[in-house]
Amino acid sequence: MDFTFSEDQLLFQDSVRDFLANEVTPEKIRASWETQDGRDPALWQQIVEMGLPGITVPEEFGGLGMSELDFILLAQECGYVALPEPLVHTCLVAVPMLQALGGELAAQWLPKIAAGEAKVVVGLEQNLLVEDAHTADLLLIQKGTELFALTPQQVTLRHNESIDPSRKLYAVEFDGSVQPVASGEQATYLVNAALNRGALACAAQSLGLAQRMIDMTVLYTTDRHQFGKPIGSFQAVKHHMANIAVCLEYAKAPVYRAAYAIANGQASASCNVSHAKIVACEAAKLAAKNTIQAHGAMGYTWEVDLHIFMKKSWALANTWGDEGFHKTRVSDYIFAEGAMLGAGNTF
Amino acid sequence: MDLSYTPKQDAFRAEVRQWLGEHVPAQRLQSFDTEEGFRQHRAWEATLNEGRWGMVTWPEALGGRSCDLLEWLIFEEEYYRAGAPLRVNQNGIFLLGPTLMEYGTEAQKARILPKMATGEEVWAQGWSEPNAGSDMAAIRSTAEIDGDNYVINGQKTWSTRAVWADWTFGMFRTDPESQRHRGLTFILVPLDTPGITVRPIPQLDGLPGFAEIFFDNVKVPVANRLGEEGAGWSVAMATAGFERGLMLRSPARFQETARRLVELYKENRATADSDPAVKEAVLRAYMDAESYCLSTYQTACRLTQGGKIGAESSTNKIFWSELDQAMHATAMSILGARAELLPHAPDASGVGNWLDGWLFSQSGPIYAGTNEIQRNIIAERMLGMPR
Repeated sequence: MDFTFSEDQLLFQDSVRDFLANEVTPEKIRASWETQDGRDPALWQQIVEMGLPGITVPEEFGGLGMSELDFILLAQECGYVALPEPLVHTCLVAVPMLQALGGELAAQWLPKIAAGEAKVVVGLEQNLLVEDAHTADLLLIQKGTELFALTPQQVTLRHNESIDPSRKLYAVEFDGSVQPVASGEQATYLVNAALNRGALACAAQSLGLAQRMIDMTVLYTTDRHQFGKPIGSFQAVKHHMANIAVCLEYAKAPVYRAAYAIANGQASASCNVSHAKIVACEAAKLAAKNTIQAHGAMGYTWEVDLHIFMKKSWALANTWGDEGFHKTRVSDYIFAEGAMLGAGNTF
Repeated sequence: MDLSYTPKQDAFRAEVRQWLGEHVPAQRLQSFDTEEGFRQHRAWEATLNEGRWGMVTWPEALGGRSCDLLEWLIFEEEYYRAGAPLRVNQNGIFLLGPTLMEYGTEAQKARILPKMATGEEVWAQGWSEPNAGSDMAAIRSTAEIDGDNYVINGQKTWSTRAVWADWTFGMFRTDPESQRHRGLTFILVPLDTPGITVRPIPQLDGLPGFAEIFFDNVKVPVANRLGEEGAGWSVAMATAGFERGLMLRSPARFQETARRLVELYKENRATADSDPAVKEAVLRAYMDAESYCLSTYQTACRLTQGGKIGAESSTNKIFWSELDQAMHATAMSILGARAELLPHAPDASGVGNWLDGWLFSQSGPIYAGTNEIQRNIIAERMLGMPR
């Protein structure tokens, strides 16, 4: 039993954190909102140069061959800066799906992802829309019990604006005559695996988002004075913040446990992921709720950066399976006949 | 990361399970807040100690097994699964014992620990005073040196288990000029010393689970001092430190409550579902108990590998105490009109011990530092907010 990250995993987290802190600033995010596609090619190039898109790509295809567990702390850091680029879903969803599909698709696309030459997105029916479909070179789209691999030429995109200007969402339509790359049980399996990984990605990012909102608000409530004191010295404000800290602290281990379950193909993975997503998104939502309150009217403005992180938190909470979906999965697990609950059954 | 138990850990679990299966009393013991129940629980401590299961984290020489924190968590999981009795001497074995091993003299250890292990001497805590509750540094009880003795005067209150316990420990002001946390000394006091009056305080359930202790010129040998004179605060902080907290409220207890809550809900679904919030609350109980377990394992692994605990440990007590309250509140909702009935009431079918648990859960956010104090600590020490 060793529920700790390795020295290497923690060092990797540190270096990615430093990189993101320097390169993905709120100013740059705001600048990207003004661009045509909302993405920053220079930033993506830097991400590629760090080898990040290929982290989970097997070594035989030019990647680092790391697991979901190796990536989870990095996903958390991506959340901390609200990274608009589709790195997390590339590594946690698209790459594993291509790998599972195998064959020609994997051989063709995985090396391109690792080299930063292609972006691949996954669209599931569980999600109303497909994230980042506009910059994808390949789209893996579910339709019922079939899975299709589509080029941009084969699809028609309909943009849907999100309250989070960094999120680029599209309805994807395509000609029904295309042959699926997987169907029936295989497709269902792949879709469920992708859903779990996507939900895990949201959970990990939510941990980072919550921490970012805490950090910003600690600074703000230390600077902002009323009644001759920093407002952060008032217990009412402190307790709002402490409540987030408690919620966030106890959301972390479930997320890491879920990453471990996925990386090790454990039977409990679906329940672990749903648990993780529920609690991590709740921590981020509580952070949003309590930090906007601590910011007062400033928190309600476009000018203060807080909304970058709040809006992403709100969005992640209901995508890759909304709250109802994930609560139903956990409750199906615990109310099942013969469910092994209670002390000693966690691992 | 490897979230599987080693063969050694599995074997340890199996050994604990077997022993408990053979020794846990079939009949639930009476409350240890009754005289007879206290005697029964004391006898259970002796039984545990005979099997060397009394305090598995203690060294072999003291009847323990030198278990690490992970084995401790496994032991607790089996202990709560088996429905074994609550630990009447928890203030001794979980709180004072480890502190004594760290700060005590050889003579003190030899004198106190063996009898603590067998339950022959049960300990009460003596932290609070009437005007030193959340503000523990406001302690006013004094201990004045007189030759080889301290002469203690003053009053302690909310002393858990003091009604039938044999000893108490606490902080006393040895420097009358001192302020706040300076000038306090940690002293161990036999409760049968002349000049001591113990006045039981009935708790919500009507039983005297805690008491006031009055000290009127109580003479205690200087040899009963734990740590240096005036260093009581740091000794006390070690006693109240995280590892002790982890020992006191390991996750198994809450996971078993959550499991029983799922059972209760399933048995009463026809009526429970009339409140749609109940199912979600049951779900929440399961998830939060799991979260607590996962987080505790993570921390235990880090500590076992030599890591240091940080300020984030202050989140612990808020989490489990509010979880416990929420779980019992949900049980009350499920039981509906039966919830208020005492278990022996003629029409109280299937109420189990939920009412007892509900009452006790009310104390969680209050004792061991109120949750408001904990929130202040989190904000200031963990988040770095201004004082």
